[in-house]
Amino acid sequence: MTFWNDPIRFAADWLRDLLTGWGLAAQMTDILLALLGALLLITFSLVLAIFLVWVERKVVARFQDRLGPNRLGPFGLVQPFADIIKLIIKEDITPAGADKFLYNLAPVLALASVLLLWAILPLASVIYGVDLNVALLYLVAAGALGTLAIIMGGWASNNKYALLGAFRMVATMISYEIPMVVSLLIPAILAGTMSVRGITEAQGNVWFFFLSPLAAVIFLISAVAELGRAPFDLNEAESEIIAGFHIEYSGMKFGLFYAGELLHAFTFGGFAALLFFGGYGGFFGLQNLPAFAWLNNPFVQAPVFMLKALIGYWVIMWIKYTMPRVRIDHMLAFNWKFLTPLALILLMTTAVLDRVLDGSNWYVPGLFLSNLLIAWATVEILRAHGRRQRKAEAARVGTGCAQAGAPTAQQ
Amino acid sequence: MQHEWLYIGLFLVVGIIIPIAPLIIARLVAPRKPNPIKQSTYECGLETVGESRVQFKAQYYIFALVFLVFDVETVFLFPWALALKQMPLFVALEGILFITILVVGLVYAWRKGMLEWA
Repeated sequence: MTFWNDPIRFAADWLRDLLTGWGLAAQMTDILLALLGALLLITFSLVLAIFLVWVERKVVARFQDRLGPNRLGPFGLVQPFADIIKLIIKEDITPAGADKFLYNLAPVLALASVLLLWAILPLASVIYGVDLNVALLYLVAAGALGTLAIIMGGWASNNKYALLGAFRMVATMISYEIPMVVSLLIPAILAGTMSVRGITEAQGNVWFFFLSPLAAVIFLISAVAELGRAPFDLNEAESEIIAGFHIEYSGMKFGLFYAGELLHAFTFGGFAALLFFGGYGGFFGLQNLPAFAWLNNPFVQAPVFMLKALIGYWVIMWIKYTMPRVRIDHMLAFNWKFLTPLALILLMTTAVLDRVLDGSNWYVPGLFLSNLLIAWATVEILRAHGRRQRKAEAARVGTGCAQAGAPTAQQ
Repeated sequence: MQHEWLYIGLFLVVGIIIPIAPLIIARLVAPRKPNPIKQSTYECGLETVGESRVQFKAQYYIFALVFLVFDVETVFLFPWALALKQMPLFVALEGILFITILVVGLVYAWRKGMLEWA
């Protein structure tokens, strides 16, 4: 074991030797090292959040055919630091009727809930906070904590808009948690473990995306909903409830909500990469060949993971800046009448096929084709449903325009 | 095992302390000149009418009930999903039976019009 193939353990062992050499008790050293590891990971994620502010602004600008920040430093790279200074020196207004304790706790908890996810996010096979064996449940639990922070902020602000935003967030969260958990069950079935590292290692030869593309799509949709980003940004809906749950927040408290949201989006991009796209590894068996053994080096794996997570983050941004906002009844109907049944059918199919085809040559194509079949059937059902609705509409208008798909506006 | 949860605990403590730090800096640096107008509830320039903490729509409650059923279900499904590879096919089918019973619940709520946002 050298620094180059296990940098974290190497540094930890060196520090442990040093500290025990100074006469510290072994348990104390362990706690100190864990604390140091937590600090390192959290600092890294927050520095990343600063960088993400720049990425977000630059990408939005491109989507809207603008230039984006380009004055401060090369490509406007220093812009986020200017943003932070501005947020810090702005006056922090607390509304008179607010519940002071909850009002101040909410932004802290919003960011802390995202940071908690970083404890189980492996950057490389040897660079990770902790390898929990119940990581998927932990992921759902930490996500719920973020929702709690939003409810807290909305309730404590003593503002009707904020409260409406909080209500909508609860409705979104409790709805989309079901398809998300079901889509998390599918990698768990395929890998036979709930540990994120275990799931990533199981994708060495074939990504779970190719075993279950539908699950990846369902995960992405429910992740976007859980993030509260467009098209599911009902909780902040600028055009109807101004800013929703953080309407009364100003200065750095708003900054914490904002940083938390960006980091949350990136983290879910990272989880999508880990659970369905091979994460830090997964070079389709290439890494097992002696000539490509360097792919297993943590200094290669970590950039590969960051790249995949950034691609996931970019897709989430792409969705955000392309889709208009959905109405709350549409959002709930989409979840309960479409996404949840689809996810459950997919879960049942995957469970049976995984058990039946285990070890046979048909394992990968069988699972992939079953997904395609389900997707095709879903699209057909939706088309039939749409056709029926258009016919009913035409009959109701009474124009005799029963031709499916014909625009009724022409009459 | 214990070590892992100790790490999570430390992570939580650090994760709460670090976001507090910029708030403290902001408190030291930022101006603070509160006045009643500034501290009043923001509502597009109008005075707030009545209580700000309004009642919530009963519809949210129904969705919460449906959610509760499925959320408890998933807790039972995780052990089933993990053990699937070592168990006979019968266990997979039994899990499917379990899911089907819950789907019947969903269909019932659907037919009763509980999933309509009225």
